[in-house]
Amino acid sequence: MDAILLQVLNGLDKGSAYALIALGLTLIFGTLGVVNFAHGAIFMIGAFCAVTLSRILSLSFETIDPTKVDFLGNPATIKTPYVEAWFGPEFGGALIDWAVPLAILFSIPIMIAVGFIMERGLIKHFYKRPHADQILVTFGLAIVLQEVIKYFYGANPISTPAPEVFKGSFDFGAMFGFDPNVIIYPYWRMVYFLFAAVVIGAVFSFLRFTTFGMVVRAGMADRETVGLLGIDIDRRFTIMFGLAAAVAGMAGVMYAPILSPNYHMGMDFLVLSFVVVVVGGMGSLPGAVAAGFLLGVLESFASMNEIKSIIPGIDQIIIYVVAIIILLTRPRGLLGKRGVMEE
Amino acid sequence: MSNSLLTRRGLLKTSAVAGAGLALPTIFTSGASAFTNDPTGSTVTLGFNVPQSGAYADEGADELRAYELAVEHLNGGGDGGMLNTFSSKALEGNGILGKKVEFVTGDTQTKSDAARASAKSMIEKDGAVMITGGSSSGVAIAVQGLCQEAGVIFMAGLTHSNDTTGKDKKANGFRHFFNAYMSAAALAPVLKNLYGSDRKAYHLTADYSWGWTQEESIAAATEAMGWQTVEKVRTPLGAGDFSSYIAPVLNSGADVLVLNHYGGDMVNSLTNAVQFGLRDKQVNGKNFEIVVPLYSRLMARGAGKNVAGIHGSTNWHWSLQDDASKAFVKSFGTKYGFPPSQAAHTVYCQTLLYADAVARGGSFNPCAVGEALEGFEFDGLGNGPTLYRADDHQCFKDVLVVRGKENPTSEFDLLEIVEVTPAAQVTYPADHPMFAGGALGACNPGA
Repeated sequence: MDAILLQVLNGLDKGSAYALIALGLTLIFGTLGVVNFAHGAIFMIGAFCAVTLSRILSLSFETIDPTKVDFLGNPATIKTPYVEAWFGPEFGGALIDWAVPLAILFSIPIMIAVGFIMERGLIKHFYKRPHADQILVTFGLAIVLQEVIKYFYGANPISTPAPEVFKGSFDFGAMFGFDPNVIIYPYWRMVYFLFAAVVIGAVFSFLRFTTFGMVVRAGMADRETVGLLGIDIDRRFTIMFGLAAAVAGMAGVMYAPILSPNYHMGMDFLVLSFVVVVVGGMGSLPGAVAAGFLLGVLESFASMNEIKSIIPGIDQIIIYVVAIIILLTRPRGLLGKRGVMEE
Repeated sequence: MSNSLLTRRGLLKTSAVAGAGLALPTIFTSGASAFTNDPTGSTVTLGFNVPQSGAYADEGADELRAYELAVEHLNGGGDGGMLNTFSSKALEGNGILGKKVEFVTGDTQTKSDAARASAKSMIEKDGAVMITGGSSSGVAIAVQGLCQEAGVIFMAGLTHSNDTTGKDKKANGFRHFFNAYMSAAALAPVLKNLYGSDRKAYHLTADYSWGWTQEESIAAATEAMGWQTVEKVRTPLGAGDFSSYIAPVLNSGADVLVLNHYGGDMVNSLTNAVQFGLRDKQVNGKNFEIVVPLYSRLMARGAGKNVAGIHGSTNWHWSLQDDASKAFVKSFGTKYGFPPSQAAHTVYCQTLLYADAVARGGSFNPCAVGEALEGFEFDGLGNGPTLYRADDHQCFKDVLVVRGKENPTSEFDLLEIVEVTPAAQVTYPADHPMFAGGALGACNPGA
């Protein structure tokens, strides 16, 4: 029982990341009809926004300390971050410590700009081309973005810790009467789950309760008619692309303390997120979210020793097995609509 | 329908002529030279096969820096580095046997097939007489096999699996780097002193050659001193988020977590473990501990503060204070502005050891080089007195047990040396069961 609870909790944060990426993917697919393989790279760029802000805040000036020596025996240079010099060691130190949450604010304009440039600069020209062309060009774009990040940040993962207050884990077991240390869950992962819930709620409310959202939903249902009504639906869809990029970017920022960012992390998430979108149903937002959490939790279950001892290697294929079963029984995915990608 | 002018008989004739034509140059070369890529001009080409892309690209870049430094020193440039401290004085700073050293590089991408292709291309197209490098045991074993077939020497880089000089050993392959058995032999007594002999260990292991041999070695060494192994869990290479593997650890009754991971996997699994607060927990009335048997400074940097207080082993560290290490750090640090990694150190040593063996053997013939390296005892390369054992082509030398520093003074100052384990303590018989199953075979000069 405790092991099951533990893996449900565990699956939630992974599921949150899948759901956030898949939400953006399906938003882009639903509005623009583009299969965006560069979406994982956007998640990765988001994570690197956290790295970048943490580096900017840690920018330091050097002073020579004659009492110490460096590895070559020369007088050592002592680095003091500018923010600590400007705002005092306490507040400056706190700013550096809180770099990841602060990076959310930093990332939103950057990610919207990245989304705009990608959509206007490249993807726009492929709207009328077959899906295969779109997949090729966005996949190529993902590789280019990945290599650009590697050029500037190197290939090794970069440690980007969460603020000190979120260190350690919460003992759920003790709260529900289990033995101590049996069901523990790191604080930052709880933050991540709550954050994902808020973002997903915000996106749904935006689409549901605003005029802009209503027009976008109308455009997703029947783009041509909305256009005939004199509404510039393309501009709105471009904004949605920016929004989807911002959602994936924020997901990346908050994920940086869980998984030290490296240039390849986007690709790792992309394939799974696509499975999530397909399982949830192409173009269905609630489907993407539900499938994200479902597959995240199932993946966690599959890596339990008890299950692995029955079916070795199941942890690596569970998602695809579930995808096959769901697509065989429900060919449009969990919540897919008739007519999407079926013309 | 179009009529083809090609008849069966015609085709046979053409193929026979073409085949003879293609074979002709090989017949001539094999007559002219006794071994593959005999350098006949005033230069000799070495092939540096390192990951320039992929997950280990940073290690590859550091290896390449060290190779370039070694070539510079062999050709008489720079301050000479460890050539000045090396116990063998056969090298004179005029290249190798008077031939200027040149090099070509290949990108292994940390993939066995890509590594074999780039090594093959360097041997066949660029005329490399020796291949060296690698940042993964899978790659090293694959390239070692290729070099054996092609008839060139392979000087292994960063490869820690027992198999490289165990069941997959080859007569043309040589390893300076230490291995999983040695890590275990060096770590076990230190762990016993620190954590006692009544401990329960939980292993998370990268699911490939290196991970398996390290798990086997560490489990055997710790069980021998009284520890229990509670569970051994294999994790897929590049799993990313290890939380679902870490979460059950506390529940298992284990009080030590052994992470048989390297590279990005090590960074992520260690970060996850620390995030779960494992190190702040008490299990069985003892503090929960984490061990990372193979440490690398480049990886420690990725894991940041999470490495503090965690023990592991390493082949070499720049803070060693012997003359050779100091000379190498000075040389490397002056040229590049930061201290070298253990990967840089081992490949620099391998290049010098190869060049020295050629000089002592008086020939680039792989068999002569192999003979010069087999049983070769040397000193002055930063690891103390070292033996290149003839039985398996493995170097036997001191092993460092290190700990992540609590208060690093710079971004390089991440590990501190806890103990230098003498070579005798990590030496094993050549027929040890963990290394059984393969044979060196005969050296292959190729051509």
